[in-house]
Amino acid sequence: MSLKKFADKIFSRAALRGIVAIVIFLIIWEIGARSEQLFGYRFPFLGLVPPPSDVLVSWAGLIGDPSYWQSWYMSFLRVFGGFIAAMLIGIPLGLFMAVNKTFYGMYFPTFEILRPIPPLAWVPASIIFWPTQELSIAFVTFLGAFYTIVINVLGGARSINKQFLQAAQSMGASQWDIFRRIVLPATLPSIVVGSAVGMGITWEVVVAAEMISGGGSSGGGAGGGLGFFIWSSYVGGSYEQIIVGMISIGIAGYLSSELLRQAGGLLTPWLKTR
Amino acid sequence: MTAVVEQRMAEPVNESVTKGSLRIDDVVKIYDPDGAAVMAVDHCSIDIPAGEICMIVGPSGCGKTTLLNAIAGFHDITSGSIHMDGELLCGPGQMQAEPGSDRIVVFQNGALFPWKTNLDNIAFGPMMAGKLSKSEIYEKARTMMADAGLSGTENNYPGEISSGLRRRVEIVRALMNDPKVLLFDEPYRALDSLTKSVMHEALLEIYYRNKVTIFFITHDLEEAIFLGHRLIIMSSRPCKPKKIVEVDIPHPRDYSVLTSARFREIMSEAKGVVHEEAQKAFDAGEKEG
Ligand SMILES: Nc1ncnc2c1ncn2[C@@H]1O[C@H](COP(=O)(O)OP(=O)(O)OP(=O)(O)O)[C@@H](O)[C@H]1O
Ligand SMILES: [Mg+2]
Repeated sequence: MSLKKFADKIFSRAALRGIVAIVIFLIIWEIGARSEQLFGYRFPFLGLVPPPSDVLVSWAGLIGDPSYWQSWYMSFLRVFGGFIAAMLIGIPLGLFMAVNKTFYGMYFPTFEILRPIPPLAWVPASIIFWPTQELSIAFVTFLGAFYTIVINVLGGARSINKQFLQAAQSMGASQWDIFRRIVLPATLPSIVVGSAVGMGITWEVVVAAEMISGGGSSGGGAGGGLGFFIWSSYVGGSYEQIIVGMISIGIAGYLSSELLRQAGGLLTPWLKTR
Repeated sequence: MTAVVEQRMAEPVNESVTKGSLRIDDVVKIYDPDGAAVMAVDHCSIDIPAGEICMIVGPSGCGKTTLLNAIAGFHDITSGSIHMDGELLCGPGQMQAEPGSDRIVVFQNGALFPWKTNLDNIAFGPMMAGKLSKSEIYEKARTMMADAGLSGTENNYPGEISSGLRRRVEIVRALMNDPKVLLFDEPYRALDSLTKSVMHEALLEIYYRNKVTIFFITHDLEEAIFLGHRLIIMSSRPCKPKKIVEVDIPHPRDYSVLTSARFREIMSEAKGVVHEEAQKAFDAGEKEG
């Protein structure tokens, strides 16, 4: 009970510090952005950026705009589509490479050659391969998470304490039991870590892909996603909206990571105590 | 605790155990025979009667774990044979023993599954064996935990309890398999000496209640003499028995044994041999390094 109180206290203090830091940051930004009006001298960098108050006003105007939320929706759809596909294919592949030496020998070299190719380098090829732009964006997003997930799963499954396997074997576990009850749970923490990192990469990739491809099948506009939102704001000269878009992506990325953290925590309850 | 021990006093510990005798016969183990050819075990023969606590003492890296792993069936032997209760575990025709629940290892660093609660860890072996129903298994697991002073930690993960308790959970997990032989690989190495002394008495108490043979590797002479019926002092690598010390202090024992004159006599007898071998191992290491 007292421990919980203590934790609450620390947490609220940390939260308070965070808020203070953000407020100070906003004040400096506001002053910097308005430096020309205030001091007759434009601060470097900050002087070129729209002030946060203008950004807020612009944002407030967008809150009621369905096409802004449509951008969110499209980006989320692509991120989670690509991400879930990467998990569905990447986790079994990583596990299989870890337990099957022949398969590992066959596939791993190819994997290692393909892995250093940045997902964005796939954009042109992917536009040619896939029938729709939507699919090509999804594919590039998928690649972003895929390699990271496979590498983490593979590493996790290969570094299982040998004695866990020996103990299970002594106690009469079958091969299937060993896979399901030892290899899988022992790899779960690596799966969670791989997914969290993969999720971050997925957001990077989706935004860039949306910018490059001009917003997917709908040819931009409402179907374009947050990446295209930023790009079209830039083209349209609305600098406030560029910043609204950037912050939106920050929030969206944070929400996705938090979701994964929560799910990961539920999946690996034994790690909570560490 | 003492009450239980006194109650068991009448039972002759040794003779009531009929299963779990080990015969290690002329065992040789060479790692990587085609390459570096590290000889870890050299024509080693040890006879362990059923129900004995047999303490294996030897310098670091001499090959003790190698011998234990051969009994457990985690790797093969190069030549020789190992029998349990007259049945071949490994030897000509089958150089690697089949791992089985009749020989359970308690590992040097512990091998409780961190993702399972203590209770689920303890139930794991019988669940795999599938001989009892789930409710029977969990009932037995709870009883065994209570007997070992582990009540209240059933739903904790191993990471949430002290290292001393973890060792106890692991021993209970081993016992749940009704093993004939418990193979201990320096399980108390990482514990502080106070926890160790508690663990020793707890282990003896568990031993008095369960009929098992114990093959116990240690560096610690005091631990070896306190627990064991016999000390097999190993030579430096490759390991083979160098001297056998009988500990003729009657079981059940408690910690007062440590201050007895007989204990000190055995200690000084064993110490000389151990020191000599440790020196040899050290010198060999100096040469290699
Ligand atoms: N898989 C292996 N391949 C090659 N050499 C090995 C292997 N395992 C152990 N050895 C070597 O065999 C020798 C004996 O190792 P072992 O682990 O059996 O010693 P130990 O007596 O248990 O040592 P410690 O007291 O440090 O636990 C050591 O020199 C070790 O380096
Ligand atoms: Mg060892």
